[in-house]
Amino acid sequence: MTGKNMWVAGVATPAVIAMVILFAGSPSVKANEEPSAANAAVKIDNFVFGPQTITVPVGTTVTWTNADDIPHTSVSTEGVFKSKVLDTDEKFSYTFTKAGTYPYYCTIHPKMTGKVVVQ
Amino acid sequence: MPDKKHDLIDQNLQDLNNDGVDRRGFLKCMAWAGTGLVWTMSGGIPVSRAFAKGYGKDAGKGADFTFVQISDSHIGFNKPANPDVTATLQTAINKINAMPHTPDFIIHTGDLSQLSKPSEFDTLDQVLKGASAKQIFFVPGEHDMLTDNGTEYLQRYGKSTKGAGWSTFDHKGVHFVGLVNVANLKAGGMGSLGNEQLEWLENDLKGRSASTPIVLFAHIPLWTIYPDWGWGTDDSEQALSYVKRFGSVTVLNGHIHQIMQKVEGKVSFHTAMSTAFPQPAPGSAPSAGPMKVPAEQLQKVLGITDVNYLVSGRSLAVVDSPLGDSSASASGNTSVPLAVVDSIHG
Repeated sequence: MTGKNMWVAGVATPAVIAMVILFAGSPSVKANEEPSAANAAVKIDNFVFGPQTITVPVGTTVTWTNADDIPHTSVSTEGVFKSKVLDTDEKFSYTFTKAGTYPYYCTIHPKMTGKVVVQ
Repeated sequence: MPDKKHDLIDQNLQDLNNDGVDRRGFLKCMAWAGTGLVWTMSGGIPVSRAFAKGYGKDAGKGADFTFVQISDSHIGFNKPANPDVTATLQTAINKINAMPHTPDFIIHTGDLSQLSKPSEFDTLDQVLKGASAKQIFFVPGEHDMLTDNGTEYLQRYGKSTKGAGWSTFDHKGVHFVGLVNVANLKAGGMGSLGNEQLEWLENDLKGRSASTPIVLFAHIPLWTIYPDWGWGTDDSEQALSYVKRFGSVTVLNGHIHQIMQKVEGKVSFHTAMSTAFPQPAPGSAPSAGPMKVPAEQLQKVLGITDVNYLVSGRSLAVVDSPLGDSSASASGNTSVPLAVVDSIHG
């Protein structure tokens, strides 16, 4: 790795740390941990669905928001739901009316996977 | 005028000539890349830009030729990492047009657009129209297949292709195959070619002489660079098994927006810079998202790749040039374009 490259990485890091701090402090994340009956949120950030597994009561509407500079999708592995392509800050919501486990992924970046557990 | 550096390159060439495809020789040659010169490829005689410069007008009469790879234009992207990707694509085309010899054709290794929008493809077409090389071959990136399974892309760029955009053509004795590894991706996986395409590839290569130089190009790398970020193709091993018997195989990819290269037996792997924005080195950032660099640095981490084919050795030499290096090809002097090589996985 060249010195230049390291320098570039050094520039990128503070911004990334700032994003992580913001994310950790965000009230919507707390809402995910103790989801209300009505709504829950999944944030797509740095190519990760957060939280990766979200547990919600039947009837909950889960909303995915893409916080990346790159488009993503949220698509059920079993064909239950399918977002359109979400560009930066775009959202997709789906209401889960049946208990079960719903694995999903980003069809553009299939390494990105997540799960909604409906109880 | 040859200087000390070029003598050293010639020395490397000599060693390689004697040794054939010699790993030590390659490593020596690749060390040059690390110092910001050029790097060269397998199959016989690696060639530096300084060496290749010897192609005069008459030399071109044989079958020597040059083509250019561009990649990851992401037309429509407008975030801080590069608010004007159309301008940087235009700079790349200007650079191609300033090359001393018009390349025979251009290969675009995908992510033409950011969101597969017709307006984005229109803008791309408008810019590419100005290229000196009139023939352009495409493979799609995942960004080009976002809607309707890539219908828009295929209607525009895939008319004579098979499947999701696979294509093959021959040029002056070299066999080119464009592969698509961004369609029907499976949850948890990386890039994928799929059985149907693999079968097509096997049949396409079957009857060909092992001395035919082969160039495979696809968007996502056909070698595993960083699985955590999906930088690889799940079934690329299968595809590469079909080219093992050939004496010279060059694999050109994009997707990762930085130069990486590897030589494995007679197969040389190479990824190109983007014309739009850089991405971080594997594992050096929380994700593979666009990397922001100071504006004045941007053109040093974007670029084009030109590939020179030398009939005598049935070999291809790959030269990466950043957009920001204006002196290299325009002047046609012996100053070798700076190769921005962030890491070499040899």
